[in-house]
Amino acid sequence: MLRLENLVKQYATGDKALRGVDLVVPEGQVMALIGPSGAGKSTLIRCVNRLIEPTSGNIWLKQTQITGLRGGALRAVRRRIGMIFQEYALVERLTVMENVLSGRLGYVNFWQSWFRRFPQSDVAAAFHLLERVGLSEFVDKRADALSGGQRQRVGIARALIQHPDLLLVDEPTASLDPKTSRQIMRLITELARERGLAVVINIHDVPLAQMFAQRIVGLRAGEIVYDGPPDGLTNQQLTTIYGEEDWNQERSSDSEAAELTLEARATV
Amino acid sequence: MAAGRTWRKPPFIRNPWLRWALIIGALVYLVLALSSVNVNPDRIARGMDRAARIFSAFLQPDFTSRWRDIQAGILESLTMTVVSTVAGVMLAIPVGFGAARNLAPLPIYLFCRGIVTISRTFQEVIIAIVFVVMFGFGPLAGVCTLTFATIGFLAKLLAEDIEEIDPAQMEAIRATGSSFPQLLTYAILPQVTPRLVGLSIYRFDINLRESAIVGIVGAGGIGSTLQTSFSRYDYDVSSAILIIIITLVMITELLSGVIRKRLQ
Repeated sequence: MLRLENLVKQYATGDKALRGVDLVVPEGQVMALIGPSGAGKSTLIRCVNRLIEPTSGNIWLKQTQITGLRGGALRAVRRRIGMIFQEYALVERLTVMENVLSGRLGYVNFWQSWFRRFPQSDVAAAFHLLERVGLSEFVDKRADALSGGQRQRVGIARALIQHPDLLLVDEPTASLDPKTSRQIMRLITELARERGLAVVINIHDVPLAQMFAQRIVGLRAGEIVYDGPPDGLTNQQLTTIYGEEDWNQERSSDSEAAELTLEARATV
Repeated sequence: MAAGRTWRKPPFIRNPWLRWALIIGALVYLVLALSSVNVNPDRIARGMDRAARIFSAFLQPDFTSRWRDIQAGILESLTMTVVSTVAGVMLAIPVGFGAARNLAPLPIYLFCRGIVTISRTFQEVIIAIVFVVMFGFGPLAGVCTLTFATIGFLAKLLAEDIEEIDPAQMEAIRATGSSFPQLLTYAILPQVTPRLVGLSIYRFDINLRESAIVGIVGAGGIGSTLQTSFSRYDYDVSSAILIIIITLVMITELLSGVIRKRLQ
């Protein structure tokens, strides 16, 4: 599905964010990308849809080589990749419906989007998705009138209405409370499973990642240092990824997951 | 315990020699500058006499004897204001987008910044004189002047607003596979529209004020009527015109204030 080959990103400042990453994400897999701030998680997923230009290496989405695409071909491949953002990144002054429909921008021409004359099938799909994420009453509300959790639901609907093959998710819960975080993660993984999407989730929150992902990849200083199942993540592995820390203190209260999430956020 | 270390705000200039040199230098300059202004009490006394005549005429504004000229002037000014604001805003929007560093490639950016700089360098009156020379006396020169000034004003502020937009929203719209025009209309326009509308209305009332000024150098409008009345020593008519201008400006200022407050 998604294949990265020796992906390198060096910023103009000289910082090497990615040092030759090789990664294959098969169809239908929910993969969590964990690692400390500055490990290159954001850079990695932004290289996939070329919001950030990789320095070298190759990226393949199914049969399409993403690296090297330009103009219309690049836009066409971006349509197949949905993205969900940390601070939701909704267009604040547009309505919920407009935000969801903006996921179809790659499929309509300029005048259709200017006059908000999206095909009826798109509008129907938008209503359906909004109902699915529980926001059917907020269709004409402005995005900035919603709460954090509601906004992220709009973000999810916007990504899914693209009918993507792949979902890139960048810290979806970083600004949400523990309960909402879990609801959002559950929603994302459920919807992905229904549609058989491959998902790459950047996430700070290790317990949350273990709870919802089928596979965990640990990134440190631009290199993959762990790649395996969620329950294979031992204290030693965590130390490899994040550096020395007393991991047991954080993990002792495994039953109280909400508390744990809070703790993890405080320590990680 | 009680008598601890004392503390004072650190001086703005640390070096005391430099600090006192600057302070004394400034005082000396002030004294020299004041003494270089030639005040001629005799001339002022004579001028006071003339000023008294003007002001007494101003106390009896004459709206009626030249009402037709005044009316024509006001209509012309209002027309100039509307036309130049609309034209100016329409031209300023593309220039503003081009002058935003986060959107435009360098050559376009420099070109649009160039337009903005030229327009903002010259005061309206100077531009008006040039246009009067080009197009002759009359409102066309005034409209061109105000349009040109509007472009500089609005494009600069619009560009600054665009440079400060939330980049995350732009990123999200780009990630959907949108084209560049769609990016502009979905990610950027919604973020800058309220300010754009507010600034356009604000510019409308600036243009009304300026239309009175550019008229004085012959670019049409109520300013020309005012200028004529001054040169005829019809100070009572001038007074009427000034009162009308003040009222008009106050009304548009009030209205634009109310409208801008409603936009958030």
